[in-house]
Amino acid sequence: MIYSADLCIVWVAIIAFAILAYVVMDGFDLGIGIIFPTLEIGAERDQAMNAIAPVWDGNETWLVLGGGALLAAFPLAYSIVLPATYPLMIAMLLGLVFRGVAFEFRWRDPHHRPYWDVAFALGSLIAAMAQGMTLGAILQGIHVVHDGYAGGWLDWLSPFTLLTGVAVVLGYALLGSTWLVWKTEGTGQTHARRLAFKLGLGTLVAMAAVSAATPYLHVAYWRRWFSMPNVLFTAQVPLLVIVTCALFVWSLRRGAERLPFLMALALFVLNFVGLEISVFPYLVPPDVTIWDAAAPAQSQRFMLFGVAVTLPLIIGYTTWAYWVFRGKVGAHGYH
Amino acid sequence: MALSIDALVLARAQFAFTMSFHFVFPAFSIGLASYLMVLEALWLKIGTAVYLDLFKYWLKIFAVVFGMGVVSGIVMSYQFGTNWSVFSNKAGPIIGPLMAYEVLTAFFLEAGFLGVMLFGMNKVGKGLHFFATVMVALGTLISATWIISVNSWMQTPAGFAINTRGQFVPAGSWWPIIFNPSFPYRLLHTVIAAYLTTALVVGAVGAWHLLKDRLNPHARKMFSMAMWMVAIVAPLQIWAGDTQGLNTLKYQLVKVLAMEGDFDPSPSGAPLVLFGLPSNEDAQVHGRIEIPKLGSLILEHEPNKPLGGLKDYPRNRWPTVAVVFWSFRIMVGLGLAMLALGFWSLGARLRGRLYDSRLLHRAAFVMGPAGFFAVIAGWVTSEAGRQPYTVYGELLTADSLSPLAAPAVATSLAVFAVVYFTVFGIGAAYLIRMMAGLPTSQETEPPRIPQHAAGTTPAAAIDHDL
Repeated sequence: MIYSADLCIVWVAIIAFAILAYVVMDGFDLGIGIIFPTLEIGAERDQAMNAIAPVWDGNETWLVLGGGALLAAFPLAYSIVLPATYPLMIAMLLGLVFRGVAFEFRWRDPHHRPYWDVAFALGSLIAAMAQGMTLGAILQGIHVVHDGYAGGWLDWLSPFTLLTGVAVVLGYALLGSTWLVWKTEGTGQTHARRLAFKLGLGTLVAMAAVSAATPYLHVAYWRRWFSMPNVLFTAQVPLLVIVTCALFVWSLRRGAERLPFLMALALFVLNFVGLEISVFPYLVPPDVTIWDAAAPAQSQRFMLFGVAVTLPLIIGYTTWAYWVFRGKVGAHGYH
Repeated sequence: MALSIDALVLARAQFAFTMSFHFVFPAFSIGLASYLMVLEALWLKIGTAVYLDLFKYWLKIFAVVFGMGVVSGIVMSYQFGTNWSVFSNKAGPIIGPLMAYEVLTAFFLEAGFLGVMLFGMNKVGKGLHFFATVMVALGTLISATWIISVNSWMQTPAGFAINTRGQFVPAGSWWPIIFNPSFPYRLLHTVIAAYLTTALVVGAVGAWHLLKDRLNPHARKMFSMAMWMVAIVAPLQIWAGDTQGLNTLKYQLVKVLAMEGDFDPSPSGAPLVLFGLPSNEDAQVHGRIEIPKLGSLILEHEPNKPLGGLKDYPRNRWPTVAVVFWSFRIMVGLGLAMLALGFWSLGARLRGRLYDSRLLHRAAFVMGPAGFFAVIAGWVTSEAGRQPYTVYGELLTADSLSPLAAPAVATSLAVFAVVYFTVFGIGAAYLIRMMAGLPTSQETEPPRIPQHAAGTTPAAAIDHDL
């Protein structure tokens, strides 16, 4: 036995945490990029940009951690998924390049600011779409022979992956608009609130479509969700989704500022739980489980030590950084 | 088979291209973060406004450089998987944890404190702001430490075993893996290179402004600081490079032979080939200009000590000699030019002519980008010299590639080229424009911009507040 079953579970939990942290944190700043074209040029856009400028780099670091931890703890999964989704990965990386440099470039060059705003919006959209489609590609299954990807370079493209791509774009946009409800005021906030309603509805429809389609991809998914006694547990997920949505609508109507964002987050967490229910213990469905893909126990243990020491510190100073920039972003100071 | 060879060549080109672009940014931001830390410390201790002015001036530049470094770096961390998946699977259990440690101990640290460093001067106290700057500088150094450890392990692998699935796994302790034989030398050489690169850029910017106004206090201060740095660090770097060379001789003899252009063994002492055109096919250096015995004297510190030749090894284990040979000469040539600039500035300083010698200022200006070229050239020497292996002596590059279709890699390479030249070209233009401007003077405490009670400092504020 070269791997340790318990360590594998711990590492799946850590990577799941990193991916979730990434999705909710970079999700809202990618989401702001996606809704950026609908914001008015000038104060609204500047406010939106400033609501994420001090934190986006930290948010994106979770993506690097997710990838890095996957490579370290489950190298086989990393080495199968990335070649299988090659064009998606390249598109995502290039999207992140464009939106990442736009943060600085748009202030350095007011004459060409409209171009950098387009780069910011398009880069965010492409990155989000690629991430959503990658998720779909993993769910629909990856063809593996002898520990390696054995499909073509466009296998990931299907109606299902397009659907998951759109779902993630809508979901990120929802997170972004609710973040703006929290962080801005005035017309910008009113605008964000209106958007959040529409995006909430859109996200719900897309989620329902993905949830309806998923059990048809593999019989295993179907059994996981609908066989007795599993259904008693799994049925809680859609029930909680309904409760969350009700709270979301109610809080937006009431003019609450934080609750809509928190409910959008809750929606993502529930989605994530739903995904885990579908695929666990498979890392690369339909063939590779977490135990097949695991790195040896020495590697996982060595990293676990690092995570145990550093993760509390990271959460500590990241929280502090958010705390320093708490409150509304004013539109003051622009000249 | 032809198809897979094409994909291999394309994937290598793509990695080399994206890596070379990326490496420019950390080479600058590692040095700049430390420089900013020194400037802020001097401002806090001495209180002279010129240090604060310079801090704010270089901070804006740092923000742009750092941003480009982050986005080009994320590309690198995923390219291991997209293009080198077999390598990732086989070496993942060793290099994966080291890179995960880099993320945990360095990337989060930099990113977490960068927001406060860039936008938080009016939000937190001076002491806390300085702490944030120190954390960012520390983060860049920790990051360099881990990634150089990974790279060094690929050059001089140690402390590993190979399991039944063909993966490199730790044989026991992690100590010999992290502190593999070439790691300390490589780390020293790389970090000093980053400092030297930054000093040359700062020096060139100072020199440019001195050429326009030799009395400008900001230009004088940055030029003086940069020239101290070059004068002290350039000789150190040549020493560090020499120790790394000796380490390479011990662990990667074939690479040294390629650097030296020694195809034939030299049983009675190797010459130093100064110039020539090495050819793998002809197994010789055409039109060579050489100094007898000097090669052995430099490498072995004995003129008559025998040295092997590439012909002692099978041809398919040779790197492309011309690339290694010439990139090495470019690096060494630039290093010697830096040494000369350092001594020249020292002489001018002693004669009290540091701010008056226009020729020195012109030279310092021309030398501004030399660090970047030297860093890339050195990197090429090291990495091209590692070929045909990814893990030296253990795993061939040809056996490391992802199962990719050549058209996919060709397309991505073309898109990377277009995007990188456009985006980073424009970024470089912005940087040059910022450096062409002078630091703004704030003799008194900076006027605080009007702020909302609990408001965030707007990003735009660094434009005029800093």
